[in-house]
Amino acid sequence: MKHVDEYRDEDSVRRIADRLHAETCGSWTLMEVCGGQTHAIVRFGLDRMLPDGIELVHGPGCPVCVTPLEILDAAMAIAARPDVTFCTFGDMLRVPGSADDLYQIKARGGDVRIVYSPTDALDIAKREPGRQVVFFAVGFETTAPANAMAVHLARQQGIENFSLLVSHVLVPPAIDAVCSAPDNRVQGFLAAGHVCTVMGYADEYPELCEKHRTPIVVTGFEPVDVLQGVLMCVRQLEEGRSDVENQYVRSVRRAGNETALEMVRRVFCIVDRPWRGLGVIPRSGFALEDDYAAHDALVRFAPDTGKVEEPSECIAGAILRGIQKPNDCAAFGTRCTPEKPLGAPMVSSEGACAAYYSYRRDEFAEPPVTEATP
Amino acid sequence: MSFDGLVCPIPISDYPVVTLAHGGGGRLTRQLIDRMFRAVHDNEWMVEQHDGAVLGAPPKDHELVFTTDSFVVSPMVFPGGDIGKLAVCGTVNDLAMCGAIPRYLSCAFVIEEGFEMEALWRVVSSMGATAREAEVVIVTGDTKVVSRGQADGLFINTSGVGYVETSRVARPSSVREGDAVLVNGDVGRHGIAIMASREGLEFETTIESDCAPLAAQTRALLDAGVDVRTMRDLTRGGLATACVELCRDDISIALDERAVPVREDVRGGCELLGLDPLYVANEGRFVAFVAAEHADRALEVLAETGPDDTQPACIGRVTTEAPGRVVLKAVTGSQRLLDMLSGEQLPRIC
Repeated sequence: MKHVDEYRDEDSVRRIADRLHAETCGSWTLMEVCGGQTHAIVRFGLDRMLPDGIELVHGPGCPVCVTPLEILDAAMAIAARPDVTFCTFGDMLRVPGSADDLYQIKARGGDVRIVYSPTDALDIAKREPGRQVVFFAVGFETTAPANAMAVHLARQQGIENFSLLVSHVLVPPAIDAVCSAPDNRVQGFLAAGHVCTVMGYADEYPELCEKHRTPIVVTGFEPVDVLQGVLMCVRQLEEGRSDVENQYVRSVRRAGNETALEMVRRVFCIVDRPWRGLGVIPRSGFALEDDYAAHDALVRFAPDTGKVEEPSECIAGAILRGIQKPNDCAAFGTRCTPEKPLGAPMVSSEGACAAYYSYRRDEFAEPPVTEATP
Repeated sequence: MSFDGLVCPIPISDYPVVTLAHGGGGRLTRQLIDRMFRAVHDNEWMVEQHDGAVLGAPPKDHELVFTTDSFVVSPMVFPGGDIGKLAVCGTVNDLAMCGAIPRYLSCAFVIEEGFEMEALWRVVSSMGATAREAEVVIVTGDTKVVSRGQADGLFINTSGVGYVETSRVARPSSVREGDAVLVNGDVGRHGIAIMASREGLEFETTIESDCAPLAAQTRALLDAGVDVRTMRDLTRGGLATACVELCRDDISIALDERAVPVREDVRGGCELLGLDPLYVANEGRFVAFVAAEHADRALEVLAETGPDDTQPACIGRVTTEAPGRVVLKAVTGSQRLLDMLSGEQLPRIC
């Protein structure tokens, strides 16, 4: 893992931080889009190495956090069916729906299984043809190719008992929504490196820069990456530029991964999507193309989930738009903890509230009670 | 003693799998005990065939230490060990962490009907070999068989007793400001070995579990005159959780991430799976809190008594700077809190 050490090196981090201190004159608010970047920032204390003029606010790039309540409730309803084997990434298990989470469904007898890839779920469907195997396809563009491939293989191989519950969202429309909000204060973006590894940054990103006069720097996830992304973004702001730049050159090409994109375009179409905390954003998500509708879990099971209501105290929406930070929430660390979350950002490994709780809660919340176990 | 080459004493032709009757208390239960368990654990208590083992009191100026642990690992056989080895090491190590010399174990099996007799034999043999290595005696046991679907193959519980000199009892409450925090080797191997075999991940070399009995090492520390305040094995929740558990309101534990030994392939596996090696389970690693002036000597002893491919290290110090907190100096030079995990350590989603 030498290639990781290089990007966590104390001296390199310090050098970039020094450059930032030397070059920053104005006051700038930047948003890191991806929850993976948020965690790196809080975990390594990168925001504390920045000059006073630079503020980082945390973006909506946590797929678990923005999955709307109605989809979560649909997931619970489907997972509770006796004929269904419900496959999901581990992050989703503790995310609260209106009444339950998937841990509760599992404990009451639902066949909920943690998998590491949609093809694991496909294998289960092959092995257990008597079960309806559903994969919860939550994610940004990054996980779309693998999910597309799984559905494509299912159709090709006639695996009829496999379906996807799709909750795929897209980064560029979210950036557009953040910039278009009347109370927006974000002046520059660190775009999510892994998303751009798949999608590239040739089309939508330059349009966003142009439309909102904001720089966007495609950025990686290690401390050196993030600080370098900040430096590139600040330089643009100081110089009055608003271009797309690529910090994450070791992974991202301008055109993206064309093979992956071809599969994504074959299987998914772009649709309007509701985002938890943000509302419906036009053309901001993927749904299965008509050719693959037979593998759409919402069509297959048509779950009746009734009316959904968000917990009133949770400020996840404002956090996801960069208006507020986790420590601005009155419930943070008291009525909302990872064990008993009010909202998804406290649960997900990429949620901003979870990052603050893990690494900084001392500064913001009452000391927790920890019980030693033998 | 090695059990390689020994064949299962209950011929496959008779009973290729465990049946409900093997747990029924009748002839087949007796046959299982006589031919399999007693064949491996051939000691005076097992020969006695009594309801319990009469062990006698601990020697003068010694305390009796008692612990228990259950084992449900999946897969049951993994690189570097199996559920049988784990079941002996787990309980032996809990005794060792109290400073004790482990002496006697009990062993209870809950077996799912249909479990292969050969597989059971391998587990029992492995327990026998590990018990000999750890110098403990399995003196009593129990076998239950449940219907198919009511257990997952095989669950094992072991309980154990050991003796420790009254003057040498290691307790969490003995930790004090200035103590050095040592680890007896690189962390994360067991968890990654299990995850890799569960998920079919392949690395350039197979990562083997660190599963091993630790009493020889802990006793060597005490015998060398090291002032050991307390020790804890780094099982579920890993190094970070052990330190959080040991931290009290009047002390702070300051760890240096760069000083924590993690093998490169284990770090690679952690990166791949989105895991933090500080939270990954071990079965042959422990932290020792020792008086600062004894740290060098303790590291020498750990190096002499540990496996050749492990490097013990001093990874931190007890301070009073942030009472009640475990603070990690990260590789980038910044500091962050270490906390217990909520639920399991789960892999990343994108």
